[in-house]
Order: sequence, then C-alpha cells, then structure tokens
Amino acid sequence: MKFHPFVLPFTIGLGFVIIYVVAKWGIWIYRLPKDQKGKIYKNIFSLKPILAAWEVFLESLIHRKIYRKNFLLGYLHMSLALGWFLLIVVGNLETRIFTPNTLNPPYLPIFFEYFNNDIPEALNYRKTFTVIMDFLLLFVLSGVALVFFKRIKSKALGMKRTTRHTVFDRLAMTTLWFIFPLRLLAEATTAAIFDKGDFLTGTVGKILIHSSFPVVSFYMIFWWAYSISLGLFFVALPFSRYMHIPTEILLIFLRKFGVKEKKQHTSFTDIEINSCPRCGICIDTCQLSSNLGINDTQPTYFFTSLRRNNPKEKITETCMLCMRCVSTCPVGIDITSIRNNQRKKEQNFKEFEISNLNGSNIQPAKVAYFAGCMGHLTPSVIKATTKLFKEAKVDFSFIDEDGSICCGKPLLQVGEEKSAESLREKNRELLARSGAEILVTSCPICAKEFSENYNLEIPVLHHSQFFLNLVNEGKLNVNESGKKVAYHDPCELGRGLGVYNEPRELLSHAVTLVDSKQEKENSLCCGGSLGITNISAEQRKIIARNTLQELSQGVTKTIATGCPLCKKTFQSVSDNYKVMDISEILADNIEQKVEVNCPEPELEVAEF
Amino acid sequence: MVNFGFSALEIASVDFDKTNRKLAEEIALLEPTFSTCISCGSCAGTCTASRFNGFSFRNMCHQIKLGNVTKAFVESEKCMLCGKCTLVCPRNVNTRNICRIVRKAANN
Repeated sequence: MKFHPFVLPFTIGLGFVIIYVVAKWGIWIYRLPKDQKGKIYKNIFSLKPILAAWEVFLESLIHRKIYRKNFLLGYLHMSLALGWFLLIVVGNLETRIFTPNTLNPPYLPIFFEYFNNDIPEALNYRKTFTVIMDFLLLFVLSGVALVFFKRIKSKALGMKRTTRHTVFDRLAMTTLWFIFPLRLLAEATTAAIFDKGDFLTGTVGKILIHSSFPVVSFYMIFWWAYSISLGLFFVALPFSRYMHIPTEILLIFLRKFGVKEKKQHTSFTDIEINSCPRCGICIDTCQLSSNLGINDTQPTYFFTSLRRNNPKEKITETCMLCMRCVSTCPVGIDITSIRNNQRKKEQNFKEFEISNLNGSNIQPAKVAYFAGCMGHLTPSVIKATTKLFKEAKVDFSFIDEDGSICCGKPLLQVGEEKSAESLREKNRELLARSGAEILVTSCPICAKEFSENYNLEIPVLHHSQFFLNLVNEGKLNVNESGKKVAYHDPCELGRGLGVYNEPRELLSHAVTLVDSKQEKENSLCCGGSLGITNISAEQRKIIARNTLQELSQGVTKTIATGCPLCKKTFQSVSDNYKVMDISEILADNIEQKVEVNCPEPELEVAEF
Repeated sequence: MVNFGFSALEIASVDFDKTNRKLAEEIALLEPTFSTCISCGSCAGTCTASRFNGFSFRNMCHQIKLGNVTKAFVESEKCMLCGKCTLVCPRNVNTRNICRIVRKAANN
C-alpha cells in the first residue's frame, strides 16, 4: 500500500468530518416529529429521491439560483462546487484504473500525482486523464481567482454588502483559499521533477524550473501544506458556514419528501439554520438594509445567533416579515416561519377576552365579506367593494360591518399565538353564523391568516380574485379608461399567497399597467408592515417613499394596490401620487347597468 | 405649605414624589415617541377593541404616567395589536411598540 506521513492531516480531518456529519444527520432525523418522519417513510421508495438528487445536482453543484442573481457569482460557486466534485470523481476513476487494487485508501485519489510516479505515461488513456484533471484544476482555480476578486470588488459580482464572518468562518475560508493553489504548486513541482504533467501543471512546473525555483527542496513542503490545509478545512467545517455543504443535501431530500416547518421549532429547523451558507444575499435584498442602514439583523445573522442558541431579541424582532429574503434565498430556507416561531418562544401571554361581541347583525348569505381592521381605516375601499358586490348582484353579508375584531395575524406576527387563537375562535363563530360558502376579504393580511391558520372548509379569496371571477363570468362590465397605473404587489398577497396575476389581469380590464423593475417575487414592501414594532414612523416613511419612486418609474402618478394597509402607508407620503385600491379603480370604471323598470314619474297638475 | 387660600383636591392631584414613575421612564427610554403623545384620543377613537372590551390606549398611557402600573397592565392585555392607532396617530407615536413593552413588563 502506498503511504507517506503527509497524508495524515487530510485523512484525520476527513475521518472527523464524516463521523460528525453522519452523527448530526442521524440525530436530526431521529428528532423529527412523528408525522414528519412518516412522510420520509412514505416517500423514500418513490420517484422523489431521484427528483431530489436532480435538485441537489442543480442547486448544490450548478448553483442555478445564484446564476439568476448574478452570472459571475453563479460561476464562482459552480466552479468551486462542481469543479471540486468532479476532481474527486475523476480522481477516483483514475486511481481505480491505474492501480491494481479496486479498494484504495481515501487519500490516494487526492494525492495521486505524488504516488503515481511509477506508472508509465504510455498506458491507455493515461494522457487523457492528466488533461482532464489539469482542466478541472484550472476550472476550480478560476473560481478561486473570482473569490479574491470578490474580496476587492464585490459589486461586480452583484453583492453590495457581504456578511461579517465569525472566527471559524474566517479560518475555514482561509484554508479553502489555499487548498487549490497549493494543489497546483504541489503537482507542478512534482511534474517538474519527474518530467510529467500537462498544460497546467506541466507548464507551471517548467516555469518554476526556468525561474530557478528550488523545486526539489520545496515539493514535499507543498504536499504537506496541501494536506494540512485540507485537514484544517475539514476540522473547521462543522463549526463554520461550510456546514451548509452537507446539510443542504439533507435539506433538499427532506423538503422533497414534504417535511416542513411546524408551528414551533423542530429538528428540521436545525437542519434549515445549518443549511444557511451566510452568503449574504439576504442583506442586499432587505429594505431595512438598503433604505434604513440596519445591517445586523438579516437572516444570515439571525441564523448565526440561532446556531449559537443565543438569539438576541433585537435581532429576532427587527424584521418586517415581508418575505423578500425568502424569495431570493438560494437555499430556499423558510426564513419567515423560523423567525415567527422564534418570536413565539419569547412571548408568554394570556388568552384574549372579548366580552360583548355577538355579531347579531350578521345575515345568512352565500358570500361573507370581511373588510378587516385596515379595511375599516380606508372606508373608500369598503364603499367601492360593496358597490361592486351590489352591481354584480352578489348575495353577500358584511360580517364585520360593525368593526369586528382583528383576524389575529398582527398578534401572531409578534409571537402571541395564544391570544391570536382566541381571536380566531371568535371569528370562526361569526363566520359560521353567516353560513357563507365563500369568504372574501379586502385585506391580504386577513386573507392569508384565514386561509392558513383557521382550518376553514370554505375557500378564502382576496377581493381581486373574487372580482376577476365576476368579470370573467360577465357579471361585471368594466370599461377601459386608458389611464397608466403601476401595480404594487402587497407582501402578504404576492409572496404570502402567491397571487400575482389575478390583480394584474383584473386591472388590465380597466387601465394600462406600467411594469416595474421590482415586481412580483421581488416587489418592495410599503414599509407599513405589522411584523415589526421597533422602527419609527419616520423610518417607515423613508421606505414608503423609496418604494413609491421605484414603482412610478417617473411614468405614472397613479399607484394601484390590493392592500388597505399599503394604501394607508403610501398615503402618508404620497403628496404627488394617487394611491388607489383595486376595488376603487374597478368601481370607477364599471358600466352602470341601466335600470329598465324606472318610468319617469308623471307630473300631477292640480286642477283649480 | 404656603396657604394660597385654595388648594387642589386630593383625589384630582398627582404627587410625583409618591407615584411609581419607573415604567413611564423605562418606556420613554425604549420608545421615545411615548413622550410626544398629546393625549388627543385619536387612538382610542379608532380602536376596534374598545367597542368590545373597553380598551383605550390613551387611558393606558395616562395610567402609566400617573404611576398606576397595575391598571396599565390590565389595560394592556386588551389590545389586539392590529395597528390602527399607529396609523391614525397625529404625533406618530409607535403605539404597538409601547403596548408590547407594557405587556412584557407585566409578565416580568
């Protein structure tokens, strides 16, 4: 067996990281709640593992989602991940073919260039493998070069701000930087001494000899250094951000099996927070950072503090829960759910009591209309909505006409699950009294809460979805006004419920829509979010102003939105803009049906 | 005490040397807008909870400033945190945050 003591640091490091990761995976899977484990048993013998493996290839090796953000950044990650992976795979193949044994020690493929000096160059395919390995090394090194370039100029790779790293992160990162340049030097010096190597290692070796570099005395040092840097990287990996490499694979498989975040932290949360690579993409996306300069509470820092088990309340609380980070996270971590569950842990409140609310005025009807607290703050929305209901002759009951209680979402967003549940109980009772078959809300916050946490048997629709149905059925005739309008996606309606197209389709019947750069998944938050309590009104206005400017693009002064809270927030800064709810625009542009049975009253002339 | 020939009613006066101002001071520190409140009552006027359980943000602040901490704690439990008061406040008082601070204080 081929052996040299310099392989020890690598072998020990590799052994450590494998044992650690396997143990961690075991603990996490063992601790999953029963129903989630059931999902694994159910799906493990199906097509899903294959689909998951394909996703692992696309996300963990190719890094498809990062390509969407920035080409260079995607290439950087792909060259390091895919390049390294292929170096291992091709290296293993090479050792299989060119050594007599089928089972080789794990270090042999890694340090093959050191041990293969006795294998003749003339063997079949020997040359091909050397070329491939040289090419792969060059591929990885191009990524390393980009890493250094990113240090100097991160903006060129689409990152305005990058994460502040912990000590272990820095250690692991530094060793990672050195691994491949050291491999090149070790292989090049060896190639120079034994006169082998190809376009990369061979050429570098020749250059070293010509520049009278003492290759013979240095080549062992390079092999040792290469092995030590690999070993150090493996030992630091579990405690650094690079733990995301093994964890993300598990995460993708579990997610494909249908495992999800529950209403409190589970071991799946541990898997998710360990899958965070601290890439910092969430920092640039966060409006608290870009508009207000708050740069220490973003998901990357939140997860770091969660991993250490000491999340500071300020970090957990400072988030608008707008979900912009969720839509850009390359790992697809369910950030908002984790933050919400963490907030629940910090609260301990009593149940809520509502004494004199009996909903006696609720009439039985097919459609229940719930305006919500914010709907009541914008009476024009209620007026327009009820006008449209009447125009389309909808049998509806306005179940919170007397200003009923809140849906519970604001309490839930600050973590008061119990109080929220007592509000839900009451609302379920009121809704049952109307006997409605559909619930329509003006407020997307309510719509999301009703559809996700109420376990209702009837469909919950935002008014834009309901009105679009009415228009398509021909019950509402809308006139095109030719006005230019920009549509603002409310966070809860868009990213929350995935309703992007219905409002646009509905609006396009009445107005001409102006496209915005930041729309749909990337739409900006208005700043009025109920998910945050510790920013001031002034700070909210800064966000609202920026969002308005981004939306209007200097083309239009009319903004449409589907959320009364967005409308209200924009109104506080919209001196030059007109902010309207979808229902208002629609109500302004409907064709009034001509009443037929309305004869003109005859004048009675009194006779004298 | 100097005799002016008239005096304040005992029940209508607040002796700041005797009242518990600790909570008020803590809130003013954590949420400075607490001090800008002019007690106009817009918050209580728009409040939906007030119709069903008699909650009044204005009253809660009033009790805190008077030092009636227990009354304030009871009052704070009635808030739904829906945020309507924050949107109507003419002095931009961060009402939801104040409510949360009071609730936290009530639990500790």
